[in-house]
Amino acid sequence: MSKVIKILGTGCPKCKSMTSVVNDVVSENNIEATIEKVEDIMEIMKFNVMSTPALVIDDVITIKGRVPSKAEVLALLN
Amino acid sequence: MFDWLQHFADWLIYSVFGIGAETHLGVALNFFIYDTNKILILLFVIVFIMGIVNTYFPIERLKDYLNRKKLYGLEYFFSSIFGAITPFCSCSSVPLFIGFVQGGIPLGVTFSFLITSPLVNEVAVAMFIGMFGLKATLIYVVSGILLGTIGGWLLGKFNLEPLLSDWVKQILDNNMQQAEFQEEKRTFYQRLPEITNSAWDIVKGVLLYVIIGIAIGAAMHGYVPENFFNDYLGGGEWWTVPLAVIIAVPMYANAAGIVPVIEVFVAKGVPLGTAIAFMMATVGLSIPEATLLKKVMSLKLIAIFFGVVTLCIMLSGFVFNILL
Repeated sequence: MSKVIKILGTGCPKCKSMTSVVNDVVSENNIEATIEKVEDIMEIMKFNVMSTPALVIDDVITIKGRVPSKAEVLALLN
Repeated sequence: MFDWLQHFADWLIYSVFGIGAETHLGVALNFFIYDTNKILILLFVIVFIMGIVNTYFPIERLKDYLNRKKLYGLEYFFSSIFGAITPFCSCSSVPLFIGFVQGGIPLGVTFSFLITSPLVNEVAVAMFIGMFGLKATLIYVVSGILLGTIGGWLLGKFNLEPLLSDWVKQILDNNMQQAEFQEEKRTFYQRLPEITNSAWDIVKGVLLYVIIGIAIGAAMHGYVPENFFNDYLGGGEWWTVPLAVIIAVPMYANAAGIVPVIEVFVAKGVPLGTAIAFMMATVGLSIPEATLLKKVMSLKLIAIFFGVVTLCIMLSGFVFNILL
């Protein structure tokens, strides 16, 4: 089943590095997923997160406020 | 503590490069080598320690604490302390603001957090220890926390809720869906590599600012005459405090870059209190921050917020100059 990955962040350096980590993990492991960047603050607040960047997988917030390692993202996606 | 580093800098510049200890260039280079290394070591250590603190006190837990406990007026003080220990990222200030207000935390208490968060951050603290020593750092941190406490309390006295943006008011009116959050269950040792990595990332992120700041500082150390500011810029006159603050408010500078320059100002005759006020105004308030806050506040509210904080910073500048 294809996963829906959302990256919440207004575009700070940390959000960009999270995006690249997630992109790498998805393409390196041929994971079926759509990656969506949510940059609008009003949309971000709908997830009720207080620190960005946040990683949302299938509508569950898994990481917030920090940049995860590739291994961690891979574990979350499996 | 850093004697060995000074010996290293002496050896490198005076012996290896053979630049005389009595030349301007020698002094400036020596200062640059010594300071850059010292600062980078301190930065890493402080950021690492704060990283550990933060895994145990995530912002959600602090918010909960403020929400549940009856603190009898101390909530401004606690909120300000929490602001100090939370790592500051300008892009997080808006989500933080909404999260707090939505969680039922009064606007004034939220402001306490918002004031202290950029003012007292791990980078500024590390730079301060490196440049001015522990005592001045303690004064900086304590006064930053007090400033947040008083500023937030003052702002809480005005009726500011009507000045929030419309969509923030809407959020306050309708309870939004609460997304599910998986609690951290990893042990300290599992988190350690990530804390180390993010400490490295922060140090790498400010490296350039540190080097540029210290390079400017080093050049000024070597070339600006002693008591230059006393002789030409009014040194300790009372009006230098408001002037320094007003110049600094719109400026946006990384603490890593600004502290080395301020250190030279102090070494050449600017009173420490004026310098601290300048530093606070630079890191605490800026045009980019105001632009971000525009999403949640009306211009009038931003103006009141900036005005109150600016006044508080000026006052603390005067107090420092009397006390120090």
